[in-house]
Amino acid sequence: MIEQSTVEAALAAGLEGGADFAEVFVEDRRSTSAVLDDGRVEDVASGRDRGAGVRVVVGGTTGFAHTADLSEASLVAAARDAAAGAVGSGNAGAAVELNEVHAPNPNPVSVLPEEVDKAHKVALLGTAEQAARAAGAQISQVSARYSDSRRRILVANTDGVLASDDQVRTTFSVSAVATGDTGMQTGRESIGHTVGFELFDTHDVADLGRRAARRAITKLAARPAPTGQMTVVIGPGGGGVMFHEACGHGLEADLVNKGASVFAGRVGEQVASPLVTLVDDGTVPGEWGSAAIDDEGRPRRSNTLIRDGVLVDYMWDGIRARSEGRESSGNGRRQSYAHLPMVRMTNTYLLGGSTDPDDIVADTPNGVYIAHLGGGQVNTATGDFVFGMTEAYLIENGRITEPIREGNLIGNGPAVLSAIDAVGNDFAMGPPGTCGKDGQGVAVGDGVPTLRAHGLTVGGTAA
Amino acid sequence: MAQRPGSAGPRPLRDREAALELADRVVGFARGAEQLEAVVVASEGTEIRAHRGTVEHNVSSSEAAVGVRVVDSGRTGVSWTDVLEDTALEQCVAEARDNSRFSSVDENAGVADPDGVVPTVLERSATGPTDPGVRAKVDLALQIDAGVFGADPRVVGHEGADYLDVSELFAVATTTGIRASSRSSIAQAGTWALASDGDDTASGFGLSFGHRFHEVDPVEVVEEAVRRSTSMLGAVQVPSARMVVVLEPYVTSELLAAVAPMFSGESVLKGRSPYAGRVGEAVAAEGVSLRDDPLDAAAVGAVEVDAEGLATRTVDLISDGVLSGFMHNSYSARCLGTTSTASAVRAGHRGVPGVGPAVLTLAPGTDEPAAILASVDDGLLVTELSGLHSGLNTVSGDLSVGVEGRRIRNGELAEPVREVTIATTVQRLLADVIAIGCDHMRFPWESAGVTLAVAEVTVSGH
Repeated sequence: MIEQSTVEAALAAGLEGGADFAEVFVEDRRSTSAVLDDGRVEDVASGRDRGAGVRVVVGGTTGFAHTADLSEASLVAAARDAAAGAVGSGNAGAAVELNEVHAPNPNPVSVLPEEVDKAHKVALLGTAEQAARAAGAQISQVSARYSDSRRRILVANTDGVLASDDQVRTTFSVSAVATGDTGMQTGRESIGHTVGFELFDTHDVADLGRRAARRAITKLAARPAPTGQMTVVIGPGGGGVMFHEACGHGLEADLVNKGASVFAGRVGEQVASPLVTLVDDGTVPGEWGSAAIDDEGRPRRSNTLIRDGVLVDYMWDGIRARSEGRESSGNGRRQSYAHLPMVRMTNTYLLGGSTDPDDIVADTPNGVYIAHLGGGQVNTATGDFVFGMTEAYLIENGRITEPIREGNLIGNGPAVLSAIDAVGNDFAMGPPGTCGKDGQGVAVGDGVPTLRAHGLTVGGTAA
Repeated sequence: MAQRPGSAGPRPLRDREAALELADRVVGFARGAEQLEAVVVASEGTEIRAHRGTVEHNVSSSEAAVGVRVVDSGRTGVSWTDVLEDTALEQCVAEARDNSRFSSVDENAGVADPDGVVPTVLERSATGPTDPGVRAKVDLALQIDAGVFGADPRVVGHEGADYLDVSELFAVATTTGIRASSRSSIAQAGTWALASDGDDTASGFGLSFGHRFHEVDPVEVVEEAVRRSTSMLGAVQVPSARMVVVLEPYVTSELLAAVAPMFSGESVLKGRSPYAGRVGEAVAAEGVSLRDDPLDAAAVGAVEVDAEGLATRTVDLISDGVLSGFMHNSYSARCLGTTSTASAVRAGHRGVPGVGPAVLTLAPGTDEPAAILASVDDGLLVTELSGLHSGLNTVSGDLSVGVEGRRIRNGELAEPVREVTIATTVQRLLADVIAIGCDHMRFPWESAGVTLAVAEVTVSGH
């Protein structure tokens, strides 16, 4: 992707002013997408984003600059810009010896996206659309989206790290609109893995289309969602969004270090029910948030955040780990070469329990069952978080009954985590997600078994 | 940002004419009868974060990229590149052309045609921003950092005192004769302050912005962050009830930006707007007028031309409660037999243009915000929203979001409230508006806000 001598020259330029640390991040990303909507393949798009970002650290200050031109002169200029942003008097510059990092690749790819004819990619869209439209006469509109990307990165820094990775992601989604007497409702389904086109050997896009359509049709009959605090049972898979918001962000070291997290200073304490063991693992083969290395060149790891309800550790990137004199946990990530890395989640999931999921519902006299979740948001300082329910039902007398309209639920992270009183044995990973923080989006995965929580407030309209 | 001497990178695009020339070069690669649209987006910016007396980061960015749309015999293909040499540009056009072979034939597909409307010159964008240099920006971030810590003993921290500015050049040229450009800039500073009172922690933001550095007021940022964070100390969850909800201008503005797709011609065309087919009907309370006003020169989102190069204009969406029309780009207009309202929007240089507002705004009413609050016997003032992206369905209109705010009792602000939701539908919310403030406020995104009082909203709590 780039000559090692070019990278070395940029690192040397970064250190010229006496910096403590310099890093070069090179990225070459090719992506393709195709959208079908309103019965037509509207457009097929593809492009390339290639460039390098240079980070220079002096004391507590990071300077950063980037360029789309990978010539040595341009990288050296970017390094000097970055160093100018972090001016200070530190160590004298020294020659850097780079040592290649060997991290196992959790994502073997059999069929690279560029080896697949665009016609094959586009054909999937029609298959999904037809299946969705065939699911019922109420389906009034369908859109489907295919996209793939191949992101090659190289990271080198003055600690001697030289690491590279080749990340291939493929994703597909279907959205359906159903129209009935009560207006319109929507259903969406998506799949995404850090794999190549072989994704479609094991996932049927027609099935995805049917599920999206059925969700929209089901919701036509939905009654207004209830209000107030209720017992909530969350189905397997996508419920990981709740943990991502309830505690995931609050366990990111950059927020913790500023006191902007309700979990600050609580390592070793019971912060959740003993049924909760929460892991962030960037090495799960093929999952959406997986890769060999993070965007600072460190091998990805499996990190237990909460074990049996006790807070074990936070997530760390290089800068925060360095200031605490400890190792990064491999959670330094960035959206692209034009962005600074920060602490981010990878695949965050709750380990499965021992209870039969049917028993969890049967043991719940009244409440809400959430089959499919939307996104969420958290205020890490107060711990208050919300997440959307996009397919949900009432639980009455231990049985799942009528569908309810979509909306948000709100709760407080520590309170909700402590009030989880059942965890099922049916663990599943959820659909692919994009996590936004400080304006940067990165691919994240999550997963949960069926679980039951108390203390969540359902944001409905029913009296 | 000044280019450093000795830098050998490609010359940055200095002005609108340079951006237009680049777009022209790309259009020159068109073949035969195909339509080609080239857009150029170039930006330069600074991003600084200060925390406890230290500059945490200082980021300088400079980028330029080209997006290409080819429409050949009704088939559309798209590509983009950030390598601006001729061979790469020609390759980008070839890739868009190749992509077009795989899309469906659509007789309405195509780039925009010139419509003869001359762009209004916005006073604010006529001259480039004066850049005071990075030192002044660093000092401003440090001033906010120190100000927050020194303002009130209950304020114990913040997540970072941020300053950022971006200045952007946009140019578009097409084989149909479009040739247009615009320049925009924004400078803003903000922080999230953390207040603590024993075990209780609350947070609140402060924000100040403008087109240029000198319009940013660090004192305003500190005062707002301190006021918002400390006023939320002691917040409690309240019982569920239906009540009058009063939205601060900031909240109204966030909500307007989110509901914009319901007033998009593209949503109407594709059966995704509950307002489709309802032009001429009453869809909101009397006095509610909604319009997109891209020519509001003082707004950060103000723009002279849309993302397809057509001159922007005011678009009336709701006039005194009656639905008057929708926003359109050239494609949705062509499909629906109308003309573009110059409401094409793009997220950067990649992809095809969608439809959206530049400065979506409710016409201000006559009531002072204080008078609106004084008129509410039992209600909730909403000062912060969360989960808007997961809580609003623009197809069904269902709305359910987390909120923070203050109870209103007998016309007076009472206890702070958190961990509750408000829920209704957008259709009902517009119909249930009972008062509109005279306090029109602009924000650094595609909508402005007013104080808005809405009856009969469900508040869900304990």
